[in-house]
Amino acid sequence: MTDSAKTRPVYTNIHVTQIVSYRLPPAGIVSILHRISGLLMFLLLPFVVWMLDNSLSSEISFDAFTNVFVAGAGGIPGWFVKLLALGLIWGYLFHFIAGVRHLWMDATHSVSKAQGHSSAIVTLVLSTLLTLLLGAKLFGLY
Amino acid sequence: MSTFGSKRIVVGAHYGLRDWLAQRVTAVLMALFTIVLLAQVLMPGALGYDRWAAIFSQQWMKVITFVTILAFAYHAWVGMRDIWMDYVKPVGVRLTLQVFTLVWLVGCAGWAIQVLWRL
Repeated sequence: MTDSAKTRPVYTNIHVTQIVSYRLPPAGIVSILHRISGLLMFLLLPFVVWMLDNSLSSEISFDAFTNVFVAGAGGIPGWFVKLLALGLIWGYLFHFIAGVRHLWMDATHSVSKAQGHSSAIVTLVLSTLLTLLLGAKLFGLY
Repeated sequence: MSTFGSKRIVVGAHYGLRDWLAQRVTAVLMALFTIVLLAQVLMPGALGYDRWAAIFSQQWMKVITFVTILAFAYHAWVGMRDIWMDYVKPVGVRLTLQVFTLVWLVGCAGWAIQVLWRL
């Protein structure tokens, strides 16, 4: 046994303070981010329905909807509303791509270590690029 | 393993396959809805109120949006319950969070459906 193997903790109940010392492989990062992005969208759900409501109900509410991203509302500044929208954009894109990865694995029984690794990297890169692209649009960079 | 009757197993989710499959079926429905919506949004021309509202005022669009809202609620319920079951061990706290999840999802789904059929 190597020294590092001897000093490895033997208990498997991971405490929240130990999480930072764990190095996850890309597939592990995708797995936990799939959860986090799902939780994020669940928590922001009233904001989503608020946007649906205001964007659809009337021309006046549509203007209020677009204005909130500039002027903010109820003490919340516009840039923060944009940040929430960016969080939703990332959450949706990541959850979508990671979900398609799951469906692909289910349908093709493609569950090798190598495929899990490469598809996890594709998920991370693609979701980040698309988020940057749409985020730049949201913040008016192009 | 029995999921009903006096000998049913009452730990964990105990519906294994059903919820696993439901989460995938609802995911596919939402993905298809995303494509249908994107195809209309990305049509040429500025996307102002008139065009945006016209997309959702079509009856067939209302129907598939309605189905997608229900699919979303079921999907999110399965996922959120998985999260509470994995990380929250005290039964009382877990039950409280699960009830909160249901209220949150049913409330938001009802609101979204109201928006849809008011249009």
